[in-house]
Amino acid sequence: MNTNLFKYCLRLGDNSLILGHRLAEYCSYGPYLEEDISITNTSLDLIGQAEAILKYAALVENAERTADDLAYRRPEIEFYNVQLVEQPNGNFAHLIARQFFIDAFNFYLYSALKESTDNTIASIAAKSLKEVTYHLRRSSEWVIRLGDGTSESKIKMQEAINDFWLYTFEMFEMDEVDEELITKAITVDLKPIQDLWNKKVDEILVMATLTRPEDGYMATGSRKGYHSEHLGYILAEMQYLPRAYPTAKW
Amino acid sequence: MSNTIEELEKQFQEKIDNEIKIEPKDWMPDDYRKNLIRQMSQHAHSEVIGMQPEGNWITRAPSLRAKKILLAKIQDEAGHGLYLYSAAETLGVSRDQFIQWLHEGKAKYSSIFNYPTLNWADMGAIGWLVDGAAIVNQVSLQKTSYGPYARAMVRICKEESFHQRQGYEIMAKMMAGTKEQQQMAQDALNRFWWPSLMMFGPHDSDSSRSSLALKWKIKRETNDTLRKRFIDKTIPQAEFIGLKVPDPDAVLQPDGSYKTGSIDWDEFWNVVKGNGPCNKQRLDHHKRAHDHGRWVREACIAFSEKQDKRKAIAK
Repeated sequence: MNTNLFKYCLRLGDNSLILGHRLAEYCSYGPYLEEDISITNTSLDLIGQAEAILKYAALVENAERTADDLAYRRPEIEFYNVQLVEQPNGNFAHLIARQFFIDAFNFYLYSALKESTDNTIASIAAKSLKEVTYHLRRSSEWVIRLGDGTSESKIKMQEAINDFWLYTFEMFEMDEVDEELITKAITVDLKPIQDLWNKKVDEILVMATLTRPEDGYMATGSRKGYHSEHLGYILAEMQYLPRAYPTAKW
Repeated sequence: MSNTIEELEKQFQEKIDNEIKIEPKDWMPDDYRKNLIRQMSQHAHSEVIGMQPEGNWITRAPSLRAKKILLAKIQDEAGHGLYLYSAAETLGVSRDQFIQWLHEGKAKYSSIFNYPTLNWADMGAIGWLVDGAAIVNQVSLQKTSYGPYARAMVRICKEESFHQRQGYEIMAKMMAGTKEQQQMAQDALNRFWWPSLMMFGPHDSDSSRSSLALKWKIKRETNDTLRKRFIDKTIPQAEFIGLKVPDPDAVLQPDGSYKTGSIDWDEFWNVVKGNGPCNKQRLDHHKRAHDHGRWVREACIAFSEKQDKRKAIAK
């Protein structure tokens, strides 16, 4: 097994899985019906992406585990999603800030990964990119609309951007997994992705009449399986049935 | 030429009798409009409130496939709500007004959604029984006399039949599974069977609005006819996978149909009047979401007005 490739797939898959879970929590809670549909649809896209990548992870691992086993039977320490995606929904501005930060990251990452020398990664990236392009357009428009809407929405949007800023650094962290895979051109250096991300975020924040927060403490740890306290509760809920009835097939 | 009300009513009824659809700009009797507003908004609200009991299980769906199917289904239901609100708006009432009536208790939604979803098999029971009952009703409504409603139904029916199949698939899988899964499936059927039969409404003899709705072809078949069709189709499906409907009086008759026990109408009216297990919870949730979304909707309007002003200045 290529352990680094396996871990890398988990990173991508877990980001989508956990964010898809958070969005699913918001089902029937949207500000109006069209937005409810949109949130549920984004959640569905993300779970679909998670399934595709976790299937590949299972194949790479070659240990008779399935995508479902990886989603439903791993403990917190073996999840590698960034802490941003596990943050609670808060208000609608929080939902949008979290989405915008990860969408912008996913957009540039998948744009690069569709040239991966690993055909499966390349094809999953190409397919996901179609969805992510739309996700980014939608979340960018919302940041602008809320930032430049009423004085109340501006305050809420700015607070949400500030609240989640400390979780944005982690997306660009690199370790030995990246080092090996970059050498093989399976994945890419995240530094140029970070530059593109910064440019995009600055551009949208200006359009939204919002201010870019100062960097303070920046969360870290997810590359090694260390998370915020929230992930444990997400998994307790998500994994409840398969863990309570280990022999059942659903 | 000015038509008297009697002449207009006569022409209207002729159209109905000749199966010509009534369109939004056509003349229609006030009571026809009121009847449709009530029925279509109730239908739209049912789709939207129905997102809650199913949404209750997305985060606990036991496989990625099950999670995707459930998400897709709930998204469809929200979409149905949207078509129906749009179709109902052609009668001259805004969606905001429909929502206000819902919050004030002046508009109803299907009572089935006032029951809780307590185990995963409930997702199967809702798809199989609740959507199954809805399809029987909606297939009939594809021929309803009001054009926008009939067209919305055609589209909705296509998706509902997928929902029913996925619900039955969940039940079949669980009945083929462990003892605990079988117990969950039977428990779900026990809880949802009677409320599903109540979805068709009171017996024809007790249904005050039915005769006019039938004359105007808003409804095409009576409550009891539709209920019987559902029962005759569903009991064999239950038996096929080893489930038993919770009705000791259900008996197969020589003509292949089923005679069933009597429905507890006290329970039905109680839930309709607001005294079901989840009436308060469902409505409170909808109100809370609507209230919490107020600042977002206001921001959308403010932003759009700013954009219009900017465009005007640029010209």
